[in-house]
Amino acid sequence: MSEQFIIESFERYFNDEMLPEERAYFEQIRTENQELDQMVVSHKIFMDKMAAYAERKNIQSVLNSTHDHLLKKGAIAEDQKKMSKGKILQLWHRYKKTTAIAACIAGLTALVISGVISTFGPASRQQIELLSRDIEQLKKTQDYQYTQIKEVTKMPEGAVVKSGGSAFMIDGKGYLVTNAHVLKGSSAVVANSDGQEFKTSIVYVDNQKDLAILKITDSDYQLVKTLPYDLKSNKVELGAEVFTLGYPRNDWVITYNKGYLSAVSGFDGDTSTVQISLLANPGNSGGPVFNKFGDIVGILSTREANAQGVTFAIKSKEIYQAIDEWQSKDTSAISPESMHTDRNLRSESRENQLKKLQQYVYNVKAYN
Amino acid sequence: MNSEEKEHKLLKGLAENDTKAIEAIYASNFSLIQALVLNNNGSYDDARDIFQEAMVILYEKAKSSEFQLTCQLKTFLYAISKRLWLKKLKHHGLFVSNTDLSLIEQVIPVEEDLEIAGQKDEEFKLMEMAFQKIGEPCKSLLEAFYIKKKNMAELVELFGYTNTDNAKNQKYKCLMRLKKLFFAQYNSKKSDYE
Repeated sequence: MSEQFIIESFERYFNDEMLPEERAYFEQIRTENQELDQMVVSHKIFMDKMAAYAERKNIQSVLNSTHDHLLKKGAIAEDQKKMSKGKILQLWHRYKKTTAIAACIAGLTALVISGVISTFGPASRQQIELLSRDIEQLKKTQDYQYTQIKEVTKMPEGAVVKSGGSAFMIDGKGYLVTNAHVLKGSSAVVANSDGQEFKTSIVYVDNQKDLAILKITDSDYQLVKTLPYDLKSNKVELGAEVFTLGYPRNDWVITYNKGYLSAVSGFDGDTSTVQISLLANPGNSGGPVFNKFGDIVGILSTREANAQGVTFAIKSKEIYQAIDEWQSKDTSAISPESMHTDRNLRSESRENQLKKLQQYVYNVKAYN
Repeated sequence: MNSEEKEHKLLKGLAENDTKAIEAIYASNFSLIQALVLNNNGSYDDARDIFQEAMVILYEKAKSSEFQLTCQLKTFLYAISKRLWLKKLKHHGLFVSNTDLSLIEQVIPVEEDLEIAGQKDEEFKLMEMAFQKIGEPCKSLLEAFYIKKKNMAELVELFGYTNTDNAKNQKYKCLMRLKKLFFAQYNSKKSDYE
């Protein structure tokens, strides 16, 4: 018996093409011959798989031609316009009236609400608010504070405070960094945490980076040899604890606030800033952002208008860049190297850190 | 005829490769699946593939003797398609946040069906691979005989053999080669599981 003959016999056997005697004979030798039986079994498996394969191949081709046929007939569609024909269109027809009424009510409600909001709500709907104290806000307290300030203020008589914010020292000779948007006026005075005012001159403004540098020009000012903090330009990790000092209150008392780095980029993916989860208020602008060791990692600038506690800080790397640029334009500029110190407050408690740090955070009042 | 009987008839038609039944099922269910896939980052081609895969599963289920559909045809196809598409999305790492969340919810349990289908898929691919490896004219010859179900006389004519014995011989040789190729893969896959 050749193998071909055996295989053909198998097929005839499986396809029920054998005569009864032949079938009986075949089954008999199958039981007698183990080897043959095994061949039958494995061939049967193979043929079953083949049959399944054939079936699937066939149904696939049927499905494909059905698809093409239905496409041509227009029963199904492969473009957006025709597609709505089916269920969606039925639903639309059924609920057309209801939908129209609902839409009218929704539209009317939206109009009413937007009317109410525009009438009674705050006028500005900017997404980002600058954190400088605005003149409107200052006006209210101006009269009240006027008497107190009058004797000590170093602003020229008749000067109107245009804006205010915070600033911090980057060089003991009296150089302060703040936001450019804090300096809306032409000049500015700064006050330390004790309320003592100093005259300053604006030495450098970079509106694009929103950074500005002030120099205290007042003879009352006593030079500081070394600052107790570094300006750190390396990356701050997500979740790192940060804190700030600033002058958000109308009575100009230095205020401490704590938060954490919540995103490594700022508003709308801005990479020059980071997002900090911290409740900042107008007046915090220009304030330093410290890491937990008391070194400066950034400068507070803006917050998201419609979300609480979403504040953005300019990275300190940008301050270095601003100083570099300033240096290239002005020979009297300080060098970035002066901003390094060994005297940091790493091992101090937070209370002690604040006691030291607050001496270098100033309140800025810009006027015309 | 109520809808249940209607569906039963359609399924029977599907199992018997009845073109009308297949067309009817196709026409009344495709759009739903297409919308599902399109709304979840899929293309028209993806929709077509997914729906046809689901149809194949339904077909193979309908063919088996113990088959009973416990829910509506539409529900079954929808559930299967959903799972298939979810699997594909995951496979391509496309499972993004704008994916419709209802995609994850289960409609009806179809785990078992999918498992069986997955196994059949594997075997189908093995056979397909074996077919690809044997080369011509064996591939065409075997396909003509086993898939398109041509008889020996037609094969003689199609492939230009001098007589049926000649064709038979050739078919036998090809079949043996295919069998060898298939089992080489099949047994190694099986031993993987053991």
